[in-house]
Amino acid sequence: MSALDVELTRRIGEFELDVTFSVESGIAVLFGPSGAGKTLTLSLVAGLIRPDTGTIAIDGRVVTDCEHGVHVSTQERRIGMVFQDGLLLPHRSVLDNVALAVRQGGGRRDRRALAHTWLERVGADGLATRRPGSLSGGQRQRVALARGLAGEPALVLLDEPLSSLDASVRRELGALIRDVIVSSGVPAVLVTHDADEAEQIGDLVISYRDGRVTARREVERPERRDPPATAPESGPT
Amino acid sequence: MKRGRNLAQTILGGHRAAALALTALVGLGLGYGVAHLLSGSIAYWGVVSGPFWLTVRVAVPATVIAGAAGIASGYLLAKGRFPGRDLLETIGSLPIILPPTVIGFYLLEVLSPGTRVGGFLTRVVGHDLVYNVTGCIIAATVAAYPFCLRAARTAIEGVDPLLEQAARTIGLPNWRVALQVTLPLARRGIAAGLTIGCARALGEYGATLMVGGDINGKTRTMSLAILDSFTTPERNTMLLILVLMAITAMTGVGLLGRSRA
Repeated sequence: MSALDVELTRRIGEFELDVTFSVESGIAVLFGPSGAGKTLTLSLVAGLIRPDTGTIAIDGRVVTDCEHGVHVSTQERRIGMVFQDGLLLPHRSVLDNVALAVRQGGGRRDRRALAHTWLERVGADGLATRRPGSLSGGQRQRVALARGLAGEPALVLLDEPLSSLDASVRRELGALIRDVIVSSGVPAVLVTHDADEAEQIGDLVISYRDGRVTARREVERPERRDPPATAPESGPT
Repeated sequence: MKRGRNLAQTILGGHRAAALALTALVGLGLGYGVAHLLSGSIAYWGVVSGPFWLTVRVAVPATVIAGAAGIASGYLLAKGRFPGRDLLETIGSLPIILPPTVIGFYLLEVLSPGTRVGGFLTRVVGHDLVYNVTGCIIAATVAAYPFCLRAARTAIEGVDPLLEQAARTIGLPNWRVALQVTLPLARRGIAAGLTIGCARALGEYGATLMVGGDINGKTRTMSLAILDSFTTPERNTMLLILVLMAITAMTGVGLLGRSRA
């Protein structure tokens, strides 16, 4: 069963997106120049926008089927999403931001404990009481990553999570994103226009140009044959 | 109880709610104290205390009702996608444009037990809706509502929709997005609307005169009492108290919108 099956079209003005691809497991990278339709694809998978035609299935469950009028709401798609600039709720603490995403049952205390665990895994536990407005870009994206994974989603979507960061932070955070997602075992789709980033993070690179998939290539990396069993240690920034 | 407290904290923030309560208490204490001080030398407190407490009894529920209705309808107008939204806002804003006496006239038409609608409402409520405190509250609520509505709609429309989308991606249902994201982020604008609405309710005159009837000891609020005592010295006492109440209300409600972030 695929983690994600996409076959859709969407026209916006003169631009037309027409893509078909599947992601079996691991981290798939949608790679291509700006305006190729990568982020639009992510929004369609997340259910934030409806396609004109086609189907989307997440973890074998059809969430969009235009022909049969199926459109599962964003909330019920069991996705986690990491946005370009984090989009953390500015009026809530870092811990609240992550705890709000915890969908598992249990009381408020349990949800906050789980949120703490996720913050630890991304090396941001020391930021729990801070407000997003007081964080650096790298810290924000660590928290956003924790929030994206805290709900135990069936699929994580990352929309250029490193594009607003300095080069040194990008490399470090890129490694963290890969480590945390791989150790969580949650399939992910990441959007980027940076070739190095695609190589560093992805298992599969799907190339985009002008709203079409032009190539699909698996990235060879040793740890794919022997994935780490636990999350690596990461210190706060 | 705990759930209610959590909701209040979610929307307003615990510190601000406490600050508001404190301000309200201080304001009432100030008004009461100043009135007593003045009464010591002028001995008008007996005349002033009735309208003072009546105004509090009218303005507080009127602001709460107008605020709740204004926020709810402002949210609907800001987020709803249906034709005639602007027309609805215009209708809701009529009390700003129309003379208060005209509003009072139409309220009498609707609320008087002798009319079809008024008779029905009177039977449902179980008592008359005019020439009593209920009538005063209704008049003040109608006067305050458009300010709350317009401010809420503008503030809610100003919230970044991407933040609401982000909240949906983590599974928050729409009602929680509204309560935990949209309204807290719109709180400053909403608080501004509540402030003006509260000031409007405190100073309501024309509609209250027609619906309440300016009955001494029963429906004579401060605004009405000031005109009734315009040629007497206690007028100054009441003017001072009303000004203090308005300042307190504006300060208190303004604290609601102050950001901790």
